[in-house]
Amino acid sequence: MSKAAVDLPPKGGFSFDLCKRNDMLAKQGLSGPSFRKTGTTIVGLIFQDGVILGADTRATEGPIVCDKNCEKIHYMAPNIYCCGAGTAADTEAVTDMVSSQLQLHRYHTGRESRVITALTLLKKHLFNYQGYVSAALVLGGVDCTGPHLHTIYPHGSTDTLPFATMGSGSLAAMAMFESKYKEGLSRDEGIQLVVEAICSGIFNDLGSGSNVDVCVITKGHKEYLRNHLLPNPRTYVNEKGYTFPKKIEVLMTKITPLKERVEIIETGDAMEE
Amino acid sequence: MDCLNLNEPHSMGTTIIGVTYDGGVVLGADSRTSTGVYVANRASDKITQLTDNVYVCRSGSAADSQIVSDYVRYFLHQHTIQLGQPATVKVAANLVRLLAYNNKNMLQTGLIVGGWDKYEGGKIYGVPLGGTILEQPFAIGGSGSSYLYGFFDQAWKEGMTKEEAESLVVKAVSLAIARDGASGGVVRTVTINADGVTKNFYPGDTLPLWHEEIPAQNSLLDILSAPSPEPMSM
Repeated sequence: MSKAAVDLPPKGGFSFDLCKRNDMLAKQGLSGPSFRKTGTTIVGLIFQDGVILGADTRATEGPIVCDKNCEKIHYMAPNIYCCGAGTAADTEAVTDMVSSQLQLHRYHTGRESRVITALTLLKKHLFNYQGYVSAALVLGGVDCTGPHLHTIYPHGSTDTLPFATMGSGSLAAMAMFESKYKEGLSRDEGIQLVVEAICSGIFNDLGSGSNVDVCVITKGHKEYLRNHLLPNPRTYVNEKGYTFPKKIEVLMTKITPLKERVEIIETGDAMEE
Repeated sequence: MDCLNLNEPHSMGTTIIGVTYDGGVVLGADSRTSTGVYVANRASDKITQLTDNVYVCRSGSAADSQIVSDYVRYFLHQHTIQLGQPATVKVAANLVRLLAYNNKNMLQTGLIVGGWDKYEGGKIYGVPLGGTILEQPFAIGGSGSSYLYGFFDQAWKEGMTKEEAESLVVKAVSLAIARDGASGGVVRTVTINADGVTKNFYPGDTLPLWHEEIPAQNSLLDILSAPSPEPMSM
């Protein structure tokens, strides 16, 4: 049987093919997989020289902690970072996508990216999906117009604030900010306040936990302090260690290097026409 | 009991007001943006610029109103370039109305467009849910406006001065804040006339106190650490 004369390029948009199958499975009693959410406390504040972002590191799948040390502060541009709360896949995908768009824009314009550009790209995307892309973001950065901090909600609305918190632990963190924030904080005071706010979320909110990540962005310089504070160390370690219960006999060992080892042989003669 | 759902769409509970006076308009709004019962932003700016001489007060869904005002700002910018002179308030209001009416099934936002142009002077246009356009000497909108209809019927008059109009707007917004849970924060006003645009900001503790309102305190700790009253002596 001959194929169709013209192979149409795949149309964009959501493919609903599997929905019938999912419906049938649901009727038979199979509950679908729950999605990974980052319960989360994320915060940002503007200090004297720029912006400080903070986040906890717990990722949950329903009631289970699926990742005890995930990264919630995503790279957008060398001078812009974005914390994400909500469905982990959505925050990763949307920040990756906008980060690529920003890089293309940098190539087009030949200039450093501006925070408002990232804001508009994110806002447009989230509004188009009418809240179904469940990503609540705290976007911060320093560009030629100064330091900026914005919050972006899943439905596409944005706020510009001097200090902001998002996620399930946002109320606990906001309580810390509202009592202790003032304008013109120094770098150390700012980091201290961010750490306090995140810790308040970690200890008082069930959806947040583990460690504190901090990111400090100033004009022309950024510091990503991964696991800046570890207030939940693993204290009990079994002295016996982990061993397999019965003796395991090694039959064969095969090591496959993931990166090819390339050996450079002496260069041959130059190519001649 | 899930009374605090932070995934609720952002809505601006809101009180927004637009008032014409002799020579221009005064736009006023509160500053509370709520997600369900949580106040997501206590100092938001609901009066957004469309052009140098036209501003819009936003209410309803925060996302919808932000997107509509972004689109209208973009269209007005193009229109200004093509026209070669500043856009009129009527054109701005009609662009808002076209978006609101043609997308009425998907949008949930009530807007008040106000500004000054050299042909008609100060003008206020209300564009409520559904996309009607109505030119009015004064317009009120948002959840807090329910408490202001009677007040304006009594207090508004033709030919006010700029100061009278501004104090009327501030008084009205503070009355609505006192009674509407979804309005609060500070009062922002924007005055537009032939001389240009003036923006004002009235922090919560400078607003007049109404029936049974308690004066603002900087911190609860001040009240708690106040000395206990002297025991009564007969």
